[in-house]
Amino acid sequence: MTAHVLLIEDEPNIAEAIRFILTRDGCRVSTHGGGVDAVAAVHAARPDLLILDLMLPGVSGLDILATLRADPATEALPVLMLTAKGQDRDREAAERAGASRFMSKPFSNAEIIASVRDLVAR
Amino acid sequence: MPFNILVLACLAYVIVLFLVAFMVERRSMAGALPWLRSPLVYTLSLSIYCTAWTFYGAVGYAARSGLEFLTIYLGPTLVFVGWWWVLRKLVRIGRQQRVTSIADLISSRYGKSNLLGVIVTVIAVVAATPYIALQLQSVTLSFGVFASAPPEGWVVEGNDSTSLWVACGLALFTILFGTRNLDAKEQHTGVVTAIAVEAVVKLVALLAVGIFVVWGLADGPADIFARIDASRIATWDLQPGRWAGLMFLSAAAVICLPRMFQVLVVENADERHLATASWAFPLYLFAMSLFVVPIAVVGLQMMPEGSNPDLFVLTLPLSQGQGGLAMLAFLGGFSSATSMVIVAAIALATMVSNHIVMPLWLRLRPAQAVAGAAVSGDVRRVVLLARRFSIAGVLGLGYAYYRLSGGSSSLASIGLISFVGVAQILPAMMGGIFWRGATRVGAALGLTIGFAVWAYTLFLPSFGPDAVIAAGVFAEGPFGLHWLRPRALFGVEGLDPLLHATFWSLVLNATAFCIGSILTFPGPVERMQGAAFVNVFDAGAAGPQGWAGGKAEAEDLLIMAQRILGEEAALALFEAEARMQGKAGYLPDATPGFVEGLERRLAGSVGAATAHAMISQLAGRVAVTVEDLMAVANETAQIMEYSQQLEAQREELTRTARQLREVNEKLTQLSVQKDAFLSQISHELRTPMTSIRAFSEILMEGVPPEMAGQYARIVHDEAIRLTRLLDDLLDLSVLENGSVQLNLGLTNLQQLLDRAVQAASHTRPEREFTLHRNPAAENMFIRTDGDRLAQVFINLISNARKYCDAARPELRIVVRHRGGRVMVDVIDNGSGIPKASQALVFEKFARLTDQTRAGGAGLGLAICREVMGSLGGTIGYLPGQGGAAFRVTLPLRLEKAA
Repeated sequence: MTAHVLLIEDEPNIAEAIRFILTRDGCRVSTHGGGVDAVAAVHAARPDLLILDLMLPGVSGLDILATLRADPATEALPVLMLTAKGQDRDREAAERAGASRFMSKPFSNAEIIASVRDLVAR
Repeated sequence: MPFNILVLACLAYVIVLFLVAFMVERRSMAGALPWLRSPLVYTLSLSIYCTAWTFYGAVGYAARSGLEFLTIYLGPTLVFVGWWWVLRKLVRIGRQQRVTSIADLISSRYGKSNLLGVIVTVIAVVAATPYIALQLQSVTLSFGVFASAPPEGWVVEGNDSTSLWVACGLALFTILFGTRNLDAKEQHTGVVTAIAVEAVVKLVALLAVGIFVVWGLADGPADIFARIDASRIATWDLQPGRWAGLMFLSAAAVICLPRMFQVLVVENADERHLATASWAFPLYLFAMSLFVVPIAVVGLQMMPEGSNPDLFVLTLPLSQGQGGLAMLAFLGGFSSATSMVIVAAIALATMVSNHIVMPLWLRLRPAQAVAGAAVSGDVRRVVLLARRFSIAGVLGLGYAYYRLSGGSSSLASIGLISFVGVAQILPAMMGGIFWRGATRVGAALGLTIGFAVWAYTLFLPSFGPDAVIAAGVFAEGPFGLHWLRPRALFGVEGLDPLLHATFWSLVLNATAFCIGSILTFPGPVERMQGAAFVNVFDAGAAGPQGWAGGKAEAEDLLIMAQRILGEEAALALFEAEARMQGKAGYLPDATPGFVEGLERRLAGSVGAATAHAMISQLAGRVAVTVEDLMAVANETAQIMEYSQQLEAQREELTRTARQLREVNEKLTQLSVQKDAFLSQISHELRTPMTSIRAFSEILMEGVPPEMAGQYARIVHDEAIRLTRLLDDLLDLSVLENGSVQLNLGLTNLQQLLDRAVQAASHTRPEREFTLHRNPAAENMFIRTDGDRLAQVFINLISNARKYCDAARPELRIVVRHRGGRVMVDVIDNGSGIPKASQALVFEKFARLTDQTRAGGAGLGLAICREVMGSLGGTIGYLPGQGGAAFRVTLPLRLEKAA
């Protein structure tokens, strides 16, 4: 069964890279570039895994995550959090907000594939 | 006994007394000495009532007038036993009002009238003068006894030089004793203790002589009684009028004598001591009078005819070769005289300096007094000086009286003149504490008339006919007015002169006092003080200091306490009290107990008088005495100086604290900004690096060629984006450091704008903009750094190209020239920048949205701002132009900064 991965990332080049890597690995990948309508996108796509950028235009990824975790439909959704800030306190904040895993940019492709496989397998 | 040894003994005795006083003062300052404040010491100090008159004179009195001398003891005994409640009221008032002297009491009662203070002071000084003369006379006589060669010379002639030396010695002694320091409370613990010691010495001396007489010279009590029966004392018959008069006089004197008032009221440490004194003092008087008659009888029998009976106490032991006993007796008499003179002089000097010298000094030198108050201790010095001169003056008067009156009258008659004099204060005093209707006018009238009558009928005649009052006046009255003869006023003849004077002076005094009081109305302060005095026990029920009626606010008290005690100590004191009252915070209820405690605490810092005056003010009391004001005049200067220093220090501290706070805020802000900046840099650097890394890995792993080209282009674009970011950061860093090198030169603005438009066209080249420019207005030469200025316009035009969201984008560039400045507005027709963000756009990384992919890091406008700053111009957002609008202002001719 192919896993459905939703990628919410405002940088088009990064989104393209991840889409390519995961598609090549056998996932079905949808991408979404906005921040404000991200939650609605998640509900519409009903993915097996969400890859969420921390800094989105107009809204914080942490807020989106908190909204998702508060909703019974999405509270158990595996979420891989990405951030370009990479500071420890961002990691802590993401974990508090309920991120399943946290990765800082830049990442190696192998890393992200391993994380996605791991999270989907759970 | 050699005269020299006698003098040495006196000196040694005085030194011992001085040491006692000194030690006690030191110890009482260091810590409480409970026994010093005991009723015993208080009672013994009251014995200054028994002066040399009592010591020597009572025997002489008994020898001359039989048992009449007893009246002098019976009067005080009646007061202490029967009128105890009057004394208690006086003591309570004295403590509550912080009375410093009898003049202060009268002045305070009648509305702080200094006139009354002056009158009472004058009466007291004049009346005390014969009394002090009496002490001089007795000491001189006793010296004379030892000086004249035994055995033939018991008849003593007045020794002028001796009396002068005695007067000087006593003055010096008193000054040393009483005015070593200015005591705000006017209590002299050391002096009181020394006087208690003297009281013991004189009692022991008199008892020793008495015992020697009864069991040494006679054969015990039975023999003495037999001798009394045989002597002329037994034949003496009682004169009821004179007895009653004398008892009344001595009763009045024990309250009104300045020195008695001093020890009885002013030096009183505890009201309960009065209870002990009420039986112990009469007991002391009884012991003092026990052997008077035996000594007189035996003296009359054994001493040669014509010996001065006033000196039997001394001459009897001497004639029997009892040198040691005579010496003891001499020291007893010396004690009696010195203790009286010391206390009287201190009391009188206090009155003179407080009610006459200080008011005069303050009035005569108002400017200097105010200016001089800055010199700490100036007033204090004046007061001490005034007191010292007053003491010398009082003793000088005593000496003058002694010389004038010839020093020949018997001791007892001199003492009685004084008694009648001070008794004039009685009506005003008693009326003052029992009759609320008593007024200042009444008191002044009564005192003046009583004093005048006393002087005319008793005091002046005491100098003898023709000394002050001509003999003719005695016989015929002044100006032939027969009814005004000094010894027979209104034609009342045949009366004893003493009784005559007593009767008329007090009757006229009391009448004038009553009529004056009834006919006049008291002033407001007078009325308040009258109520406070008459109803002293009602107020006292609420609190010993009577602050109950006050309306002191805890906050005011705290403010004042802080100024005196310091903030920390005051807050601690108030907090502790508030906690005790079960309240939170720093403001307890201003209960009388608390206010009293606070006053004591403040007194420890600034002196009781100031503390009392300050609290009085806060408590709404008008009870400020001359003493208070005087102390305040001095102490305020110190406090003001001190508090000014404190104030200055406090301001400086506040200023420093504010500066520190500001610096700290700035640092915190900078730290937050730095964190945010680093976080932003990290984000801006990592984002392109993420794409570069991901796509390079994809390319390394091998992808179809058509994809490879696209991915390689992404890697390339992101690398350029990284480079640009680093360039911008460096640019900004240089600009912000102010280390930018300007390349000034003349530039044509039109050409410069052309260049900028051309350069910006690389940004989103697919968009077609309509440009509106006015070449005529643009055509000017400006002196600036052209490249830097072009950078600003490139940024602005690029931004417009990037962010203008109009369907048909337009850009207007408007140039104006005003004064020496050029304004260039760059306006597009997009939706503009929301008001809330307008102030933010010039901050670093303030990119408002990331929806465009132009790749700016949000540093452009920040750089523009820095550039314009270094070009001596500004850049700002221009609201209300129907789109995003920026105005660049710069000087037409930029000169290099000097």
